[in-house]
Amino acid sequence: MSRIRRVIPGVDPKLLIKDATKAMPDPTRRLFLRGGASLGALTFLTGCDIVDGFSAEQALMKISYFNDRAQAWLFNPNRLAPTYPESAITRPFPFNAYYPVEEAPEVDGENYELEVGGLVENKKTWTLKELYALPEESQITRHICVEGWSAIGKWSGTRLSEFLRRVGADLTAKYVWFRCAEGYHTSIDMPTALHPQTQMTFKFDGEILPTKYGFPMKVRIPTKLGFKNPKHVMEMAVINNWNPGYWEEKGYNWFSGS
Amino acid sequence: MTAEATHPAGDTGAVRASGTIHPAWLRITHWINAIAVVMMIGSGWEIYNASPLFPFSYPKSITLGGWLAGALLWHFAAMWLLVVNGLVYVTLGVLTGRFRRKLLPIRPGEVVADARAALRGRLSHDDLSVYNAVQKLLYLGVILASVVVVLSGLAIWKPVQLQELTALLGGYDFARYVHFAAMAAIVGFLLIHVIMAFLVPKSLRAMVIGR
Repeated sequence: MSRIRRVIPGVDPKLLIKDATKAMPDPTRRLFLRGGASLGALTFLTGCDIVDGFSAEQALMKISYFNDRAQAWLFNPNRLAPTYPESAITRPFPFNAYYPVEEAPEVDGENYELEVGGLVENKKTWTLKELYALPEESQITRHICVEGWSAIGKWSGTRLSEFLRRVGADLTAKYVWFRCAEGYHTSIDMPTALHPQTQMTFKFDGEILPTKYGFPMKVRIPTKLGFKNPKHVMEMAVINNWNPGYWEEKGYNWFSGS
Repeated sequence: MTAEATHPAGDTGAVRASGTIHPAWLRITHWINAIAVVMMIGSGWEIYNASPLFPFSYPKSITLGGWLAGALLWHFAAMWLLVVNGLVYVTLGVLTGRFRRKLLPIRPGEVVADARAALRGRLSHDDLSVYNAVQKLLYLGVILASVVVVLSGLAIWKPVQLQELTALLGGYDFARYVHFAAMAAIVGFLLIHVIMAFLVPKSLRAMVIGR
């Protein structure tokens, strides 16, 4: 039961604590153990001392991080998500978020400025007018929700990879992080950010993104589950430090590749 | 046919000499599989509940994980146990010739006769080292269902990276039904399997201590 305090060379204890706090479970995340503990106790916990800090949750999270690496290994940067004809588009396209549709954040397009930060050379902000002037392409792809359902939609915008090059991003960095108007945030691996179908999206089904689908900007990633496709994006940053995301901190797998 | 003719005599002799019905590798993989399957089904039901395919949900009391994220963590952890253990089991089953000896051939006439006998409660389980035709069919069937459940699981987990497999299984949405059907087949097998193990307790003993 004794805890040994080890000082790891090259690690700033204050930063470490800050990072660890981010990964700390909140009440929602705690929920999954309540149901899991009964069977978990039978399978994972036999012979393990919980007081020493080992728990089914920690073991499962470790395996989830291993699964992140397994999926990164499986990810083929040149493999395109299947595309569909216009006739296959799901209408109406479902709205999904952790809040009801009427609570979707209303972003003022006139005063909107996309913040671009982190490991980029040009940190200028981008107005909608400037963003709309970027080269546009469309995709009709399948959106797959972590819940299991799927829907086909048509998204138009500019390739994130081209945008990252345009702003002089460090393409050897590990992650691209997104912050949204309602406080949602998520992060993706650089290979996925550079995938040809990963798109800064401004239109859905040929129309300017309505509020419910993420006005003014969504990031469409057909190689990842729906919750990794942030809406109402206000800021993006190219980073090397681990900052998983809103749902990821509650227990969803970070990579969540399709 | 020739393989069949050359094997039976020597094999039964070996079994009788050592008295072992189930070799250690089989018993170990069987029980690891039992744990993995229970975890996969329990968490799979909770995942199903997040977006049910049919107008019913599984009661929370029989699911694993508490909520969707917890269930997914269990599912994608137990998946490694299931697949790695399953590969060891199938590889040894084929290499040792056990599958061929124990599960083949399955003759339709024998299946019908044994099924009738079983339903009248007259099917003997005296010799645990020999499987009757119904057992053969069920064991082969559950192995097949397990292959389908793993393939359809991969198809809905990786519909972009493994898109050929997903297409082969009828596309993402259809593959979800395939995954469900294979799970249902395995659950159906489990019900019969567990009931039989309790009706013939010495079969349970044989799966624990080998004899």
